[in-house]
Amino acid sequence: MEHVTRAPIDVVGLMTALSSPQRGGTACFVGTVRAGPEDGDVVRIVYSGYEAMLEEEFARILGEAGARWPGCAVAAQHRLGEVPLGDASVVIVSAAPHREEAFAACRYVIEEAKCRLPVWKREILADGSASWRENGAGATPSKRAEFG
Amino acid sequence: MTALRIRCRLFARYAEVTGREEVELALPASALIADAVAALRAQVPGGELLPTHPLVARNRRHALPTDPLADGDELAFLPPLAGG
Repeated sequence: MEHVTRAPIDVVGLMTALSSPQRGGTACFVGTVRAGPEDGDVVRIVYSGYEAMLEEEFARILGEAGARWPGCAVAAQHRLGEVPLGDASVVIVSAAPHREEAFAACRYVIEEAKCRLPVWKREILADGSASWRENGAGATPSKRAEFG
Repeated sequence: MTALRIRCRLFARYAEVTGREEVELALPASALIADAVAALRAQVPGGELLPTHPLVARNRRHALPTDPLADGDELAFLPPLAGG
């Protein structure tokens, strides 16, 4: 499965792909474009990425999750291009025999994705203005082990 | 003596401020990533607007300024990340 898409992310499709009689717990994180009080009047975000590295880095993160939680299957996609308010920009799904592993793997993947994936976003406001936005100060691949 | 040819990739805001998405650098054989960063900042118009210690990726993996380079490497200059 490709980890990058320019179309709306098929959340149910990702969950269905991981469905198995051996996996009794499925966790799903859906990150959507928001316009909170601190964000201004955002109408959409234009996501861009270093696509070749994005695919490889996402695969590395999923591999790490699979190694840490054996028996847990994880799928993930990030959307690039214009994403309107309310649409999903990233989806992580994890399925495991029990909920603990499913939640843990899902949390691990989204936290690593936030600080390792080469993705950038340009927020477009209702007045037509645009600005680059970045994740918080913690969104940096600072541990040497992550560089593998 | 020039021994390494490095393909630099610039993205998002860094591409915007330099007006370039790709730059080829010629560097000495012993060059580190930090040397490539310094060369690009000095040689490319607008390069001085890039940080002195940007996030970088060598051949599609996160890397450190002290990492060595090899001929033909692809070195990506990554603006602050914003995925998710």
